[in-house]
Amino acid sequence: MKARLTRWFTAMVGLFLTPATLANELRLNMTSGATDMSQTVYDLHMLVFYICVVIGVLVFGIMFWSILRHRKSRGVTPATFHDNVKVEIAWTVIPFLILIGMAVPATLTLLELDNTDDSELSIVVTGSQWRWHYNYLDYDVEFQSILATQNEQTYGRLPKGENYLLEVDRALVIPTDRKVRFLITSDDVIHSWWVPEFAIKKDANPGYINETWTRVNEPGIYRGVCAELCGQGHAFMPIVVIAKKPAEFDAWIQEEESRIAERRAEEERLLDMEMSMDELMELGQNIYLSQCAACHQPNGRGIPGVFPGLVGEGVSVGDRNAHIDIVVNGSAGTAMQSFRASLSMSELAAVITYERNAWGNNTGDRVQPADIHNFIQGNQ
Amino acid sequence: MSTVVADSHDAHDEHHDHKPTGIKRWLFTTNHKDIGTLYLWFSFIMFFLGGSFALVIRMELFQPGMQVIDPHFFNQMTTMHGVIMVFGAVMPAFTGLANWMVPLMIGAPDMALPRMNNWSFWILPVAFLIMLSSMFVPGGGPAFGWTFYAPLSTTYSGDSTALFVFAMHIMGMSSIMGAINVIVTIMNMRAPGMTYMKMPLFVWTWFITAFLLIAVMPVLAGVVTMVLTDKFFGTSFFNAAGGGDPVLFQHLFWFFGHPEVYIMILPSFGIVSAIIPAFARKPLFGYASMVYATASIAGLSFLVWAHHMFTTGMPTFASLFFMYMTMLIAVPTGVKVFNWVSTMWRGAMTFETPMLFALAFVVLFTIGGLSGIMLAITPVDYQYHDTYFVVAHFHYVLVSGAVFSIMAAAYYWLPKWSGVMYDEALGKLHFWCSLVSVNILFFPMHFVGLAGMPRRYPDYALQFADINAIVSVGGFLFGFSQLIFLAVVLKCAMKKGEKAPAKPWEGAEGLEWTVPSPAPYHTFDTPPEVK
Amino acid sequence: MSTEHHNSTKYYVPDQSIWPIIGALALGLIAFGAGHYTIEYSNETKGFGHYVLGAGLFVLFVMLFGWFRDQINESRSGLYNAQLGESYKQGMLWFIFSEVMFFLAFFGALFYARMIAVPWLGGASNNAMTAEVLWPTFEAIWPLTTTPDGTTTQAMGWLGLPLINTAILVVSSVTLHIAHVALEQGNRGKLKLWLIITLVLGFTFLALQGYEYVHAYRDLGLTLQSGIYGNTFFLLTGFHGLHVTLGAVMLTIMAFRVFAGHFDKDNQFAFAASSWYWHFVDVVWICLFVFVYIL
Ligand code: HEA
Ligand code: HEA
Ligand code: HEC
Ligand code: CUA
Ligand SMILES: [Cu+2]
Repeated sequence: MKARLTRWFTAMVGLFLTPATLANELRLNMTSGATDMSQTVYDLHMLVFYICVVIGVLVFGIMFWSILRHRKSRGVTPATFHDNVKVEIAWTVIPFLILIGMAVPATLTLLELDNTDDSELSIVVTGSQWRWHYNYLDYDVEFQSILATQNEQTYGRLPKGENYLLEVDRALVIPTDRKVRFLITSDDVIHSWWVPEFAIKKDANPGYINETWTRVNEPGIYRGVCAELCGQGHAFMPIVVIAKKPAEFDAWIQEEESRIAERRAEEERLLDMEMSMDELMELGQNIYLSQCAACHQPNGRGIPGVFPGLVGEGVSVGDRNAHIDIVVNGSAGTAMQSFRASLSMSELAAVITYERNAWGNNTGDRVQPADIHNFIQGNQ
Repeated sequence: MSTVVADSHDAHDEHHDHKPTGIKRWLFTTNHKDIGTLYLWFSFIMFFLGGSFALVIRMELFQPGMQVIDPHFFNQMTTMHGVIMVFGAVMPAFTGLANWMVPLMIGAPDMALPRMNNWSFWILPVAFLIMLSSMFVPGGGPAFGWTFYAPLSTTYSGDSTALFVFAMHIMGMSSIMGAINVIVTIMNMRAPGMTYMKMPLFVWTWFITAFLLIAVMPVLAGVVTMVLTDKFFGTSFFNAAGGGDPVLFQHLFWFFGHPEVYIMILPSFGIVSAIIPAFARKPLFGYASMVYATASIAGLSFLVWAHHMFTTGMPTFASLFFMYMTMLIAVPTGVKVFNWVSTMWRGAMTFETPMLFALAFVVLFTIGGLSGIMLAITPVDYQYHDTYFVVAHFHYVLVSGAVFSIMAAAYYWLPKWSGVMYDEALGKLHFWCSLVSVNILFFPMHFVGLAGMPRRYPDYALQFADINAIVSVGGFLFGFSQLIFLAVVLKCAMKKGEKAPAKPWEGAEGLEWTVPSPAPYHTFDTPPEVK
Repeated sequence: MSTEHHNSTKYYVPDQSIWPIIGALALGLIAFGAGHYTIEYSNETKGFGHYVLGAGLFVLFVMLFGWFRDQINESRSGLYNAQLGESYKQGMLWFIFSEVMFFLAFFGALFYARMIAVPWLGGASNNAMTAEVLWPTFEAIWPLTTTPDGTTTQAMGWLGLPLINTAILVVSSVTLHIAHVALEQGNRGKLKLWLIITLVLGFTFLALQGYEYVHAYRDLGLTLQSGIYGNTFFLLTGFHGLHVTLGAVMLTIMAFRVFAGHFDKDNQFAFAASSWYWHFVDVVWICLFVFVYIL
């Protein structure tokens, strides 16, 4: 701890006195990132920063000089001047010119940053409480990405891993050297998709799509977070992007497409099969903990007034169809969204079964994938 | 029922200084000094309450992981901390100062509308009781940040939103009435000869602030109303499915919000412009340019709101417009800073506590202002936005800016208010403890922010751990340093201290120093003649 | 302004009063009650909200009555001076200004919806993908009779009732002005006549407005819930209606006072203030008529 403190202290001083690289090494400054754009942004940041430091040093320098010299204890008599048009004009005009000096590069950078034309790949990024969905527009690939850090680490029952809160179950994969366009939107509240190394931060507004882009130079793993307050899980919906060489990316996406197709076929087969209680409960518990527990809590008791409890009350111990309905279709105008697109039939069946039998709900009901299938068919 | 004060020459005599006694004096008062005192005490209590919430935040953020509270409660703490500090601590403190000082400074017997003045004050405790009571509604209190962005505050919020909205409504009414009172007092109650360009800058800055208030508080009332109907009555102002837009909320909010942050700094400029000349024993440099600069800042403040919204996906030309306008604000603000420095230049300075706070204000506010300029650069704001860099920026302008100026004002005018000198040794101790700890608290936030720590996070990645620990320590140090301030103020309130002369500061100027200390209950029953 | 000091030989500083703090209590009860009532209403539960709200309104009413009674008595016993009158006037004008800003928030929402949000949902500006991916079938037109999620409604035309209402309100502004001039000329009979006519016009406006709402809900399917068009329509006309109601109540009180022989050329602040308020409400309506109904 003490070593860290000194390291931090030298860095603080260092940021002002020595080149910014030192601060960068210690990760106390903005990252210069992994793209040309992020480098430009970083340079602009340093430019403005240095200008501000110089202004500060000048102003405070003069001020401290008068504090030291023009103090009564030194027996000075105060001057009486209180106006000087010339200097007043000077200190109006000079800052203005400095500002223009900053505005020009800022404008050029912004024009480039906001230009999403000529992209080679488009990915729809949808935020929802509290996960990200990724949908490759030109491919049949779609999945969601959820925090992978275990709860036990957060609550101090397990040591925290290196990427604590910055790891997800399924990372977004993009190619390097291609202009990738992100179409950012949300299912519920406003989130903000931020990957510092790409210098991209765009709000995910429900009902609207914002566009942004990146072109990554080096393959690697890049981590980001949600940057707009979106409720209790705001700190718990990180972003992980894996950039792969174009050829590897193409291979990956093909593999992914066929995997997803296979899974669909598997779903079809499952429709004719009965899953056992144990199977359902095990799968159900996994799904519940990863998808539902953020709101309804791991113990199913919810948060009174915000998220309903599922233990011994409501549809979980009541009408089966109403239960299927709310999980499949969501409840309009509330945080309870539709899980029809993000979960498979078997997963839906399992999580509903789980809710109906966990925490002493013991209804004994089993819901099968086919039931879900029939429910959805019947609905149409 | 009513006092008619004859135009008598002995109006300043102490034995004429009759005042009501007991609790009724405070409940029913129409006296600007009493009301000023009430505002100031209320603000002090709110500062401690909002500060305690901040300390809860800092406690949780001391280490990574969730230790003390759960994320939902954390969000309630951030929200309440922001709301209480902004609307409960800083704004009422300024209104209290205006009540006390504006009539004294322009030679008026009282505020122009004394009964409305009492009404404006008493709404505040009521409004904040409601606001605080909302935390006990099932589902917890407001947890959407002081900016209450829709739809987190509409569809996805708890029941307490209704109480939040109505509390905001009446709080807004209080501010509007307070502002109208200030405007009318200044326009209509100036002593003969007190022309506009002779008014002390504190009066000027408050005059302009009051216009900002009556222009933007109603917009806040409008936007909270829309939040209410969206949440409870099925409208879709902020819902795309019905043709609305969540970003509309942000436009409306920040149209209020940006002028609001200047509401919290312009009176500070006035305070500092009074204190620096007093202790530099030299007239304020560039009085007229100070007035014009304040007015320009206020005018520009209506054209910059979307700098809080660069990442919302505005069209590029809109971002550019708001970036340029925001940067422009540096020019008039710079004029002010340079004027203060020139006032010190070749003065004969002494460093009593008010001056120390004023000097710290100039430096630390400028640091906050410079980080503001960095934030204004749109493409870079993509990296700064919603990180602790922003938190560092606004605490520099708000805590070491607005709050420091309020403390400076308190030290400067306490002798006038209480009739006794404050304890200079304690005052200096308070200053140095505050100065050191406030920087331990907020300076490192710049670095975690740049390194990528988002704001409103109850838990964070490991690389931010060290700095957060330091920040938290700074937070507690700063918080407990304020107990010294409490002690100083209490000592004065209990009249423990040297008796203060009418004008305790050698270089001070203004009508307030022509009346005895403590200022009699009724002053300027006869308008003084200003030459 | 400050020259007036020389003329006045005394300052008038209103004394303590219990009404302001009663007013604060009233607003507190109203806010607390309305908050809880809203919660109870939306959860369909029963609670104490509406009682507290009712109590608050009652206390507010008592407060207004008491405060104004004291005010009128003091004013009529000649305690006030010109300077205080000036303060009241300025206070009222700045209050009206703040009301203008309140309406501006809602007009702002209207303009934003028409010129920005709805076109963007239809793919304008940098939102081509919004329309393509999220709302492929949505058509951006104003009045927005079909929302993105498919709720439909009908727009309120401007001919007929709204036009008549506009005429009524504009005429009422003129009649009130005639009354005011009569007051200044000391012509009490004329004053009473035109004031009554104004009031009749005002209440007719309110009645017709109520009828229009019924028509909207019953025949047009235009409700508070029917998307941004209905939202801006009802909130703008609704808040305007509330202000007309307040203005009409103020004028009614003025009528009682006129009949009780109050006011003369020099002492008529309350009357003037109510009449400014009425003109302000009229101007708001004209903006409303143009931007909500016609365009
Ligand atoms: C008292 C309050 C106060 C004040 C005075 C300011 C002053 C300024 N603020 Fe700040 N601001 C806030 C309170 C305040 N702010 C708050 C509360 C938030 C966050 C809200 C939230 O999201 O919760 C915020 C957020 C905020 C943002 C949004 C950041 C984001 O969310 O991404 C931006 C962006 O432009 C900004 C800019 C500025 C600028 C340019 C000024 C300027 O006025 C500063 C001008 C001053 C100077 C520049 C220094 C002196 C000048 C000179 C010495 C002259 C020479 C200088 C140059 C040539 C550069 N502020
Ligand atoms: C004028 C306004 C003001 C002031 C004075 C402060 C003062 C402080 N603030 Fe600030 N803060 C805001 C306005 C202000 N803040 C706003 C607007 C936000 C944004 C909210 C949002 O995101 O919506 C914010 C957010 C904010 C955050 C970010 C939260 C987050 O994003 O998750 C943090 C974190 O450290 C913080 C810390 C502090 C601290 C430590 C102080 C210290 O200065 C406080 C000093 C402490 C005291 C004065 C306490 C004294 C008490 C005692 C000594 C104990 C005695 C106790 C009793 C008697 C009960 N504040
Ligand atoms: C973002 C928060 C959130 C998540 C995640 C979430 N829910 Fe919900 N859920 C809610 C809310 C809010 C309601 C209340 C809806 C209402 O009032 O109509 C709800 C209601 C329900 C109900 C009805 C309770 C009752 O008795 O009325 C069930 C069952 C349910 N959710 C199951 C699930 C399942 C299964 C999952 C995961 C696959 C899940 N929820 C994920 C927020 C959430
Ligand atoms: Cu999603 Cu914050
Ligand atoms: Cu701002």
